[in-house]
Amino acid sequence: MMEAFFFLLFATMAAGGAIMMIASRNPVSSLMYLVLAFFALSGVFVMLDAHFLAAVQVIVYAGAIMVLFLFVIMLLNLGHREDIDMRGHLARLVALVAGSGLFAAVAALVFRGEQATLAGEESRLAVEAMIRSRGAVGALAEPLFTSYLVPFELTALLLLVAIVGAVVLARRRAP
Amino acid sequence: MNLDIELASLILSAFLFAVGTAGVLVRRNAIIVFMCVELMLNAVNLSLIVFSRSLGLEAQVLVFFVMAVAAAEAAVGLAIIIAIFRHYEGVDVDRFNLLRW
Repeated sequence: MMEAFFFLLFATMAAGGAIMMIASRNPVSSLMYLVLAFFALSGVFVMLDAHFLAAVQVIVYAGAIMVLFLFVIMLLNLGHREDIDMRGHLARLVALVAGSGLFAAVAALVFRGEQATLAGEESRLAVEAMIRSRGAVGALAEPLFTSYLVPFELTALLLLVAIVGAVVLARRRAP
Repeated sequence: MNLDIELASLILSAFLFAVGTAGVLVRRNAIIVFMCVELMLNAVNLSLIVFSRSLGLEAQVLVFFVMAVAAAEAAVGLAIIIAIFRHYEGVDVDRFNLLRW
C-alpha cells in the first residue's frame, strides 16, 4: 500500500516533469523540470532495489550532466528567451501521433510479453539471494569487476577521449 | 490496491521514451532536443533495471555503462552546440545546414 503510494508519486512526478519539459517556454525551466523527472526516476530506481544506480542517477545525471546543460544555456545566453521555439501545428500533430503511437506500441508489447520476460522465477530468486547476501552495491560490483572489467576500464578511456574532444571542439579557433 | 511495480515501471519507461520522441520532433532549440535524448536514455535505463530483477544483475552493469556513455556524449554534444552557436549565432536546429552543400 505504502509502496504503491510512493511509486505512484514518483511516477507522476517523472511523467509530469517530462511533459512540462517539452512544454515550457524558458530553456532554464525546461531543464529544471528535467532535473525533477530525474530525481523522481531515482526514487523509482530505489523501489526497484537498484540503490547504487539511484545514487549515481542523482550524482551524475541530476548533478553533473544537468549542471553542464545549465552552464551551456547560461553561456549562450538562452535563459531569457521568451519566444517559443516550438514548431508549427503540423509538426505538433505529427509529434503527438508519433509519441502516442510509440507509447501504445511499446505498452502493447509490454502487456503481451509480460508472461515471457517477467516469469523467470529461478533467476529472479537468484538475483534476490545475491542482493540479500552482498547488498545492492556488492551485487552490482561483483559482475562489474570480474566479467566486465575490460569494458569498465575502457569507460575510463572513453571519458578521457570525451574530455579532450570537448575541449578541442569548444576551443576558440586561433586567428 | 495491488500494484505490480515492475509492470508499471515498464509502462512509465515507455511513456517517458514517447515523451522524449515527441520532444525531439516538436522543439527547435538544439539544447532541448538534446535534453529529450537524455530523457529517452533514462527511460531505457529504467526498463533495463526492471529486467535486471528477473533476468540477472548484468542489466544493471549495462545501465552503468549507459550512464558513462551518456556523460561522455553530453560533454561532446554540448561542445558541438557551442561551436555551432559561434558559427550561426543561434541554436535553432532548422538553421543548421553544415552538411548540406
